Amino acid sequence: MNIRHIAIAVAVLALIAVPYVINQPYYVNIASQILLYAVFALGLNILVGYGGLVSLGHAGLSGSAAYAVAYLLAAGHGHIVAIAGGLAAGLVVTAGFAALALRATGISFIMITLALGEIIWGLAYRWISITNGDNGISVSSRPAPFGLALDSANAFYDATLIVFLLAVAACAIFVRSPFGAALTGTRDQPRRMNALGFHVWMIRFWAFMFSGLLSSIAGVLFIYYYEFISPPALALTSSAEVLLMVISGGAGTLLGPVVGASLVVIIRLVVSAYISRWNFMLGAIFVAIVVFMPEGLVPGTVRLARAAWREAERRNLLSRAAATSTGPKS
Amino acid sequence: MSFWLLLTVNSVTFGGLLFLLSAGFSLIFGLMRIPNLTHGSMFMVGAYLGSSLLSGALGLYLNFWVAAVVGALEVAALGALMERLLLRRLAGQQLAQVLVTLGVSFMVADLCLMGWGGDPISVATPAGLNGFVRAGAAVFPLYRMAVIGIAVVFAIGLWLMLERTRLGAMIRAGVDDPQMARVVGIRVSQLFTIVFALGAGLAGFAGMIGAPILSVYPGLDQDMLPLALVVVILGGTGSLLGSFVGSIIVGFIYNFGQALLPELAYFVLFLPMVLVLVLRPQGLFGGQIL
Repeated sequence: MNIRHIAIAVAVLALIAVPYVINQPYYVNIASQILLYAVFALGLNILVGYGGLVSLGHAGLSGSAAYAVAYLLAAGHGHIVAIAGGLAAGLVVTAGFAALALRATGISFIMITLALGEIIWGLAYRWISITNGDNGISVSSRPAPFGLALDSANAFYDATLIVFLLAVAACAIFVRSPFGAALTGTRDQPRRMNALGFHVWMIRFWAFMFSGLLSSIAGVLFIYYYEFISPPALALTSSAEVLLMVISGGAGTLLGPVVGASLVVIIRLVVSAYISRWNFMLGAIFVAIVVFMPEGLVPGTVRLARAAWREAERRNLLSRAAATSTGPKS
Repeated sequence: MSFWLLLTVNSVTFGGLLFLLSAGFSLIFGLMRIPNLTHGSMFMVGAYLGSSLLSGALGLYLNFWVAAVVGALEVAALGALMERLLLRRLAGQQLAQVLVTLGVSFMVADLCLMGWGGDPISVATPAGLNGFVRAGAAVFPLYRMAVIGIAVVFAIGLWLMLERTRLGAMIRAGVDDPQMARVVGIRVSQLFTIVFALGAGLAGFAGMIGAPILSVYPGLDQDMLPLALVVVILGGTGSLLGSFVGSIIVGFIYNFGQALLPELAYFVLFLPMVLVLVLRPQGLFGGQIL
């Protein structure tokens, strides 16, 4: 049992204790919101951080899953069918996105995912007979797994926490797996990976599918949390928000997207409580992070801490050296 | 019969507007290798500024065309400023540049909402172009014909600029091989500013020219940007001919889609994009500048 295991255990216990410590439904709901966005950001991070493929269409993936759940529930199906259908819809849309967007990499990949995401948004907005257009679809009930109702803030937080912990564990296993290493390889050296006999396209495709699965799970959590979905949830702003979570926290780290999700959700709540200019703030934070801390908060802080540590160690050594060198002479 | 004819005219008109929007987008992409995600914002800001100039924001009521040109110049200046102050700091970091244009587009959208409010602003058709042209049984709205004419004039003008002038030759060299262009003494970074301002100005001009047809409203930027993206994915990046052909195709598909399948208007755009991406990922005219 090393220090890492202890840290993980403490973090999990702290997360379990959250609703008992704050014990106010409003703040517990915010914590649930952070966790559900963290799942979404973890999903996007697989692609952005480990695959080097920046997607600006991920809200289309989670949105498709959320809309499918809402549509199936409105059509009178049960929660199990709705959730399965939602995940299936999210994965089908993901496969379509991946098949088209992976024709390109780099900047063209961003352009294609953006265009695809906007097309999904256009569908949600205009295909009124399915999506109810601008009015959106409401969901009247939350599921009750094993007979436990999720209607209270605390119960929903617990359910979201379980999903979140599973998502973190899945990402940790993914990153350490040979497949994760291969994905990082295609990010850094696609041609060498190809020469080594790896099917670069296929690796990227399955990474995209994994990312889409996590995004769809986040979409299902989203629809049950808000009990409502409408086209703005699929707009470019939403995709950009999640990308901001990944980049601000630190792409390519496990903790980064979680930190980024907390940061963005909290800033959004604080800002919209005082002024109605969230989009302006979102843009400004984006520009500031990209210009001043492009590697993200987690790696940035680690870098600064390491530098400070080294500086302290150097000073320490110097003073000790000075002490020993002056010692014998005197 | 006249329904189809009118739909065709509308499609070509919209294609012309899209060309003005996407020609600059495509050139910026060709030269700087980044999609300028503020391009939709430039379109919207051009329309807002033009409509304010038209209604006497500066104390005098400008003529429609003067307002359009002044608005376009202001947008061009904004574009040049953005390139100098923000994108220049991130030279060589394409991802960072794209993300900065995305951030700026959100800020611009919110500032426009603050400045001009949430209600759509309708812009009157310029005097003298209100009527119709009759040709036999068919009726053509005059203003739409004028927009088509303007788009054609700009297409020819841009083509001549790229083909026949020194600046055009330098831009073509920069698109083809920026390093080599630098080596032979072309100041490519200066070209960035010029092309960025030119593209922004064209988008702003298109916004005002399109305002009598589309009106101006918050969210116009996010309606136009994906269309410009689809045009460039279809036509190929950095290619003037590609943006022209792509714009006409998208104009037709979008207008016919809206008339025939109103619920799926956005989705039918998807089909040509899929075909091109599968069969010719570099776009119809990718790799050619003209």
